[in-house]
Amino acid sequence: MTTQSTLPVAPPTPVINMGAWIKKNLFDGWFNSLLTVGIGLAFFNIAIGFIQWITTQAKWDVIPANLPLFMVGRFPASQYWRTWIIAAIVITLGGLTWGMLTLSKEPEGNHQIGFDRNTLIGIGILAFVVVFLPLDPNSKMFILGLICLGLGGCFLGRLGVRKVSNIGTLIGVGWLVSFLVNLWLLSGGFGLQTVGTDLWNGLLLTVFMASISITLSFPLGIIFALGRQSSLPVVKFFSVAYIEIFRGLPLVGILFAAQVMLPLILPGDWRIDRVVRAIAGLTIFTSAYLAEAIRGGLQAIPKGQGEAANALGLNTPLSLYLIVMPQALRAVIPALMNLFLSLFKDTSLLAVVGLVELTGISRNILANPVFLGRFAEVYLFVGMIYLVCCSLMSQASKQLEVNLGVGKR
Amino acid sequence: MSTTKVPTKVPLWRDDRFWKITFQILAIITVLVIADFFLFNLRLNMAKRGSLFGFDFLGSQASFDIGEYLIPFQSQDAYGRAFLVGVLNSLKVMIIGVILTTILGVSVGIARFSNNWLVQKTVSTYVDLFRNTPILLQLLFWYFAVFSNLPKIENQIAVLGSFYISNRGLALPWLGDSPTAWSSLLGLIALAIAAFFVWQQRIKIMVEQGASGQNLLLVLLGMGVVALILFIFGLQWTFPVFTAGNKLNGGLSLSAEYCSLLLGLVFYTGAFVSEIVRAGIQSVAKGQWEAAKALGLNSGILMRLVIFPQALRVMIPPLTSEYLNLCKNSSLAIAIAYPDVYAVSSTILNQTGRAIEIVLMIMATYLLINLIIALAMNFLNSSVQIKER
Repeated sequence: MTTQSTLPVAPPTPVINMGAWIKKNLFDGWFNSLLTVGIGLAFFNIAIGFIQWITTQAKWDVIPANLPLFMVGRFPASQYWRTWIIAAIVITLGGLTWGMLTLSKEPEGNHQIGFDRNTLIGIGILAFVVVFLPLDPNSKMFILGLICLGLGGCFLGRLGVRKVSNIGTLIGVGWLVSFLVNLWLLSGGFGLQTVGTDLWNGLLLTVFMASISITLSFPLGIIFALGRQSSLPVVKFFSVAYIEIFRGLPLVGILFAAQVMLPLILPGDWRIDRVVRAIAGLTIFTSAYLAEAIRGGLQAIPKGQGEAANALGLNTPLSLYLIVMPQALRAVIPALMNLFLSLFKDTSLLAVVGLVELTGISRNILANPVFLGRFAEVYLFVGMIYLVCCSLMSQASKQLEVNLGVGKR
Repeated sequence: MSTTKVPTKVPLWRDDRFWKITFQILAIITVLVIADFFLFNLRLNMAKRGSLFGFDFLGSQASFDIGEYLIPFQSQDAYGRAFLVGVLNSLKVMIIGVILTTILGVSVGIARFSNNWLVQKTVSTYVDLFRNTPILLQLLFWYFAVFSNLPKIENQIAVLGSFYISNRGLALPWLGDSPTAWSSLLGLIALAIAAFFVWQQRIKIMVEQGASGQNLLLVLLGMGVVALILFIFGLQWTFPVFTAGNKLNGGLSLSAEYCSLLLGLVFYTGAFVSEIVRAGIQSVAKGQWEAAKALGLNSGILMRLVIFPQALRVMIPPLTSEYLNLCKNSSLAIAIAYPDVYAVSSTILNQTGRAIEIVLMIMATYLLINLIIALAMNFLNSSVQIKER
């Protein structure tokens, strides 16, 4: 009884009053009032002009006419079902992983459903908008189906954490298998019509390049991060040189060098695809940044962990594999997410070295005489795609940071 | 005592030193094998193409034009000079870009703490919008959707009768090119440095002796008046004037390519810098704010004297990497046809086919620039760290 009475009492919640709110947040002093009026007027003018431009001057027909080009480029139309399946696999697995990662172990964390309210509202609006977009009914159905798959995957992932003990490993294996399956679905062979890499364009290529580069740069990144932390001077020197040189060069330069140098420094009879050369460039670049991110994770692990492992008789590789790396990588997940985000944006530079990803295909479409001069429309649309993808990823990374408790434990 | 006996007792594969040495030798061999593999193929491929390695091509005639240059350049000049023009053009974007980015990023970062709701929302929308779209797309947008849609030079927009904006770029007043103007500029810089020391002296006197510092304030005022006179009359401002053939006389004209590149880089990097500034300010302990307010400092002085110097310590390392990013991203100039070092080099490569030499030159240039920035920022970093015993 007495303990309760000494508990601090929360301050009374202020009554939120519309007029008071406006006064406090918008017209607090002459300077703020001036700012509010100035920005308000400017904003109003810009908004009016923009809405006028959108509704009367802009010619939006360029978007629906080229929508398949933006999405998958010149991928043969008869094989579109393959890209839908790829999307379904990736979204389901993504949902499962998300559900698994965002479920905190504490029982009170369980009441969440993996998404906060705003995200759910966003998904609802997205579904609603899709229904009213000028798309063919099949695509609409597929998109709605994909959204359901993502949500369902998330639910299953949360269920799985409680029912299946080794769900993390299962999902990891799932990603690995899906990677091979997706590659098969993309390129064909083994009973499917083959599709050359020059036909993988648009958003498809953007996502493909970003995912494959980060996957391939993962082992390299780990090696160089460990190398940089190593006590062996030679290994350390090579790792530092690799990391610092490739972090000091512009990505365009690396991509360009990969395009012109790889055919020169590899045996002359190896015919290397443009796409493969670009993957090499992106991987070299990303692994240097990834190594730094992983190094951050390694540095966050107290030295005692490695020493304790040594004291137990584990040798260096085993203590790294069993004790240090799992902890370091867990701390690195949000940084990894941010790296993937910037890689996703950086794939646009492939347009400069002649690949036709999302930015490249918009340049191609603008070069079409029918759609001459529609720069603003096309770039705004493509910008929206990047914006939506990147905002989703950055939100996800923020929530992961909270859920994994990075820096809290 | 027994250290000499240890190697005989411990089997070789249990000896830590053995593994350390073996592992390093293995690392060296791996690197050498890879390097040899590449070099062997390179020699073979080069021989097949009949090309030789060497930088003597830099002396031959470039025979292409460069749109803008800081040192005179004609198509008869050598490749080496063309490369130099590219380097200078790059530096022009990088230096101005870093300055403008700092100004924009710091203002936006501080504006995030405004108690005006509208300012907060505007600023956070700006940051989200520019951080989440690729820089290349933003550059293309600035160049093709903004600058190309501006009015033609015949009916360009004039602001205050001295700034002109058209689809060819921007024209603004600039200092004259005469000995008087240059010496005035030098005088202004000297005055600024002198004023800084006088200011420090004044603070010192005020703090140590409790004096009012009135005399030195008067000195500062006098310096200000001299500076103002120099600024208005000494610099011999020239204003852009357009003659009949739409030729520009006087003033400074910036091409649409340069403006697009600069605006794109500044707005993109500024968004990242503002987040760094925000994080830096947030990292300052709350007690510092409260203590400063309790001392009666107003919000401007509080930010300038108490919060910002402490935030600077946290801000400088990530700021360095943003500056480096800006410099590296300036190589995207090739997408909008601004002749920076990368764009000029790829033209040279197309003409000469000297892939390796040119890739090496580009790499060396960017690494050198990065090194200089990193060194300068490290120097700045060490000067703002807490001075401890």
